[in-house]
Amino acid sequence: MSAIAPTLVPAVTTVGNPAINIGIFALFVVVTLAIVIRASRNNRSAAEYYAGGRAFSGRQNGIAIAGDYLSAASFLGIAGAIALNGYDGFLYSIGFLVAWLVALLLVAELLRNVGKYTMADVLSFRLRQRPVRIAAAISTLVVSFFYLLAQMAGAGGLVALLLGIEGAVGQRIVIAVVGVIMIFYVIYGGMKGTTWVQIIKAVLLIIGAGVMTVWVLGKFGLNLSSLLGEATTASQEGGGKDLLQPGLQYKNPIDFISLSMALVLGTAGLPHVLMRFYTVPTSREARRSVVWAIWLIGIFYLFTLVLGFGAAELVGASEIKNAPGAVNSAAPLLAFKLGGEILLGVISAVAFATILAVVAGLTITASASLSHDIYNTVVRGGDATPEEEVKVARIAALVLGAIAIVGGIFALGQNIAFLVALAFAIAASANLPTILYSLFWKRFNTRGALWSIYGGLVSAITLIVFSPVVSGKAIDPVTKKSPSMLQGVDFHWFPLDNPGIISIPLGFVLGYIGTVTSREYNAAKYAEMEVRSLTGHGAEAATHH
Amino acid sequence: MSKDAPDRVVDDPNVAMQNSDEFAELRSRFRRFVFPLTALFLAWYFLYVLLSVFAKDFMGTRVLGNITWGLIFGLLQFVSTFVITMYYARWADREFDPRAEALAQKMGGHHK
Repeated sequence: MSAIAPTLVPAVTTVGNPAINIGIFALFVVVTLAIVIRASRNNRSAAEYYAGGRAFSGRQNGIAIAGDYLSAASFLGIAGAIALNGYDGFLYSIGFLVAWLVALLLVAELLRNVGKYTMADVLSFRLRQRPVRIAAAISTLVVSFFYLLAQMAGAGGLVALLLGIEGAVGQRIVIAVVGVIMIFYVIYGGMKGTTWVQIIKAVLLIIGAGVMTVWVLGKFGLNLSSLLGEATTASQEGGGKDLLQPGLQYKNPIDFISLSMALVLGTAGLPHVLMRFYTVPTSREARRSVVWAIWLIGIFYLFTLVLGFGAAELVGASEIKNAPGAVNSAAPLLAFKLGGEILLGVISAVAFATILAVVAGLTITASASLSHDIYNTVVRGGDATPEEEVKVARIAALVLGAIAIVGGIFALGQNIAFLVALAFAIAASANLPTILYSLFWKRFNTRGALWSIYGGLVSAITLIVFSPVVSGKAIDPVTKKSPSMLQGVDFHWFPLDNPGIISIPLGFVLGYIGTVTSREYNAAKYAEMEVRSLTGHGAEAATHH
Repeated sequence: MSKDAPDRVVDDPNVAMQNSDEFAELRSRFRRFVFPLTALFLAWYFLYVLLSVFAKDFMGTRVLGNITWGLIFGLLQFVSTFVITMYYARWADREFDPRAEALAQKMGGHHK
């Protein structure tokens, strides 16, 4: 390690050995492809393609959920945020974790009993099919698209650091390669293949982070307090602040409260998370999935706390900031400091696998919604055969994959955390109110659902467009650029970075007003839905071979 | 599923089940458990968020070595999340599932 370190400092374009990084990643791709091909021999029925035949166990699905949820933003973003902003980065991970209790207590099991393949199945169950399905599908596509862009943009930044590919053309090629592999997983493997990729990735990610955590703690005598102390000292000696003080990253209290609301309420409205509950045979297994997911995600975030402070001490803030991937490079740089080229190669391969697995999950969700909600219900009036639906879903996955590649190329250099927080805010504003009203409020009806979905969606996006994240932030004296998306213009009038504090309550209020101003009520469908949601009578069963 | 159900609800078995005392008992048992628990963990989470933004000096105070109040409260959020998860899962396995299962059997099993 020390032999390489001196040559490393001048050549900041790359860390470690790109050949090893690519080699380990290629190995991951080959192994997962073999498993996907093996696992997906019979993927013709819609239940196989969309829901993996509902044959995964709660434990398998829980691991896959962790693989789906621990995205590049979670792993690289949070570790980096803790390394640079200490306590404030930690706050982020707590919102992401506590959010799972909403899914566990209020959503997962009932949704599993009521729905079939998509979020729209549940939302439109007792309401007027056509308009509600279209609204739910649009919201699914928008949330998935922003989440997808964030992951693809993250891939580009990672490439710069790990493979030494710095030119724009090289990064675009890598995004395209990642996109093409992902499209193959989804089209060929369907939900079954996607799930296995997520399971393998989650296991690798958690083991990798666990090994690094023990390693870091070992360097500080297994004493968290001394790790924190030395990290803080290192940060202050480097001209930084006391990492243990709140408020380094979030200066405006209202902005932080807004973000916290979006984080804690967004998870249970993310369509790609909800769709995972259909891959298990019963609501009991859906519960088991969430229990596994909460333990794995929680333990992983505890690891990131150690990794972040470890990076602050062992790598140092200035080296992180000057690395090509900036804040996102804290975890890979720490891996290099600890275990040299090999550990860096493993961790980078895991980071790529992370992006691949999350993007595959998003693509299958969006393609299922396009085919099952838009094509079958709206275009074909519910008459499409399952074979036809799956064929359309595969074509949709191909098109969406292509859009993701192009979008990822344009999103290069965008702030990943901002895009993910936007997806969470939209999910919490447009999806969660309708999910909860639909499951728990007898009186709820079509107008309430439409007002809530469209109102939440439009208000969240509008507030984002006119927020400082898009335009008008003061120019940073160090980088000579504005942290906003657009440079040189300023049309912002909304003061906050995250719209949640306005758009989430608005989604709930509009759902309420829309409902009470409409007389529609379908007693028979409500009875069917409520009995089914609580007892499981009539719920979709697993397919058998 | 995609077609609207008829308005005729008198002899609908789902409506009969929904109106039965045992189903009302199942529903209220479920809601009495999950609603207060949801209110509790949301209040506890937002208390932590508010303390972090409005009581920065307190949260930044070192208690044990370099461990601050903020870190302790943050780690307690992890603990409370794990505890609530296991508490709910245990309750649902023991108290809720057998009752829900009994009603599903009454309706003729899980499948239509």
